[in-house]
Amino acid sequence: MIEVKNLVKKYGNHLAVDHLDFTIEPGRIYGFLGPNGAGKSTTMNIMTGYLGATEGEVVIGGHDILKEPEKAKRCIGYLPEQPPLYMDMTVREYLEFAAELKEIPRRKRADQVTEVEKMVRIRDVEKRLIRNLSKGYRQRVGLAQAILGYPEIIILDEPSVGLDPKQIIEIRQLIRSLAKKHTVILSSHILAEVREVCDYILIISKGKLVASDTPENLERMLGESGTVELETKASPAEVREILKNVPGIEEITAKAEENGITRAQIMEKKGEDVRERVSLAFADRRKPLLTLRTAGATLEDVFMELTQSEQLPDAFTRHMEQAAGTEADRKKREDQAAAVDMENIDRAVGDDRNGEGDEQDAGSL
Amino acid sequence: MLAVYKRELRSYFQSMVGCVFVAFLIAFTGIYFMAYNLLSGYPYFSYTLSGSIIVFLVGIPLLTMRSFSEERRNRTDQLLLTAPVGLEKIVMGKYLAMVTVIAIPNVIFCVFPLIIKAQGTAYPLVDYISIGLFFLLGCVYAAVGMFISALTESQIIAYIGTFGILLVLYLWDGILSMLPSSDVSGLMGVLIVVTVIAFYIWRMTDNAVLSGVVEAAGVIAALIVYFVKSSLYENLLTNLLGRLALADVFTDVTSNSIVDLSGVALYLSIIAVFVFLTVQAIQKRRWS
Repeated sequence: MIEVKNLVKKYGNHLAVDHLDFTIEPGRIYGFLGPNGAGKSTTMNIMTGYLGATEGEVVIGGHDILKEPEKAKRCIGYLPEQPPLYMDMTVREYLEFAAELKEIPRRKRADQVTEVEKMVRIRDVEKRLIRNLSKGYRQRVGLAQAILGYPEIIILDEPSVGLDPKQIIEIRQLIRSLAKKHTVILSSHILAEVREVCDYILIISKGKLVASDTPENLERMLGESGTVELETKASPAEVREILKNVPGIEEITAKAEENGITRAQIMEKKGEDVRERVSLAFADRRKPLLTLRTAGATLEDVFMELTQSEQLPDAFTRHMEQAAGTEADRKKREDQAAAVDMENIDRAVGDDRNGEGDEQDAGSL
Repeated sequence: MLAVYKRELRSYFQSMVGCVFVAFLIAFTGIYFMAYNLLSGYPYFSYTLSGSIIVFLVGIPLLTMRSFSEERRNRTDQLLLTAPVGLEKIVMGKYLAMVTVIAIPNVIFCVFPLIIKAQGTAYPLVDYISIGLFFLLGCVYAAVGMFISALTESQIIAYIGTFGILLVLYLWDGILSMLPSSDVSGLMGVLIVVTVIAFYIWRMTDNAVLSGVVEAAGVIAALIVYFVKSSLYENLLTNLLGRLALADVFTDVTSNSIVDLSGVALYLSIIAVFVFLTVQAIQKRRWS
């Protein structure tokens, strides 16, 4: 459906997009994930024909964006990072203009505009000037514009930026409902959003594609040998004593908390699952086990690992070898995580809707 | 194209710029009309119109300044450039909207010769031709202004740039009279032009060999012509650059009742060139 081959974009000496190659298949939601300035918007701008590439080609639905721009653009609806709105128009006027621009036949135009307005819930503001709308409504008007004409591919650049949590939930639901009939590509620097919404993730860092897979597979890449976390009513010394003879354990860290509870982390040896043995060991000694769970690598880990390291392959292998590593390594990862703006509100919302995600976040960060 | 045209036209009258332009031009021309034609009894409306050029100099940059610079600043050009519409159509839609705004006062001007006629002798042919040329001159100015607007993100710079260029063109005759007319100066002028063209080619293509060849060929050709027939270079600068005094075609009609058809062709070709350059300027920006 979309083929991007060897895409390069240079701004002077700065390489914004560095030999990007990927293919977009129909009927899925794709997520472009990367830190700010990774080249997500530039790539999208090139795919939609707004910018020209320095090298490489983009083929959309069989049409090269340079050779047959009008046919290629007909397949695409685009919501740029900043919605392209005319402040001096009303919502209805603007959408009718966009519909005419997209060459929707005159007799279908009014119906379709109304339909799209209902879809993104802006029907009640259609007579208001765009200038007077809030950021959330403006974003929705921009989204309506992208949906108009029902193009096969809808490209959304950071669709939930600047929205409040409720609006974010609504916009995500809308994106999911769009995916039933359209291929959706969205970009984001927010992991929770991408993990929740997308079927397939392309991680971009410094203009390069560093990983592309389903969210589950990406997590699995790092999560082969994991960490088990537990809380128990035993002292740290007792925990070590109990677990001393349990096979499959690489390393134990235990720390006393308040109320006589100890929180411990157990590094498993590669390929081992020690949970059963651990619970039995505690049961044998009649020490209550309050929680016991696997804290596998999350998308956050993958993301941090892939986007922060200078030499990706090395760092990646090292990570695999150490498999969640020592306490020091863990501390380092925590620091890295703290350094990145993760938009806490958004994560909270994402995690509310995904209890498992919540646990995993707590485990890894 | 129609969509862009309609939107632009509506926006001109919603943002008041269009209304202000039309009102300003008509009010100013009305005052001249009253002074020359009604109070002094001069029967040519064309003469009145020649006084209104100054309003064009101030007013047309007002119309053109936001055409592309505002789109670029507000990122609304992303909507236009990612829509399945050719860039030429977008530029033409915008240009035609400006032309329509300029046409409105000119249509109203068509009433003025009739008022003169009602008072006695009138020269409708000269008057109507001059209104037509006045409109065409406005279109030329608008094309220049649109091009400048496509070069910048700032409306202010677009306004001042356009105003400056139009003002220089307006005062061109005076500037030109200061130029030397000897054959050597003509040769120098040609060499400068060749160098500018070569530099432009180098900037556009990054090809030093190509631009070097163009420069060398131009210089050699110019020198050969100079040594074979140096009289060709006499008055060359004034003659060539004199064509740029765009308002001359119009003032020929208003003051001497001479209609210069080649001048009309010049107007139309300048419009075509600047519309083309606007498209190119926007294209180039997408690639840089």
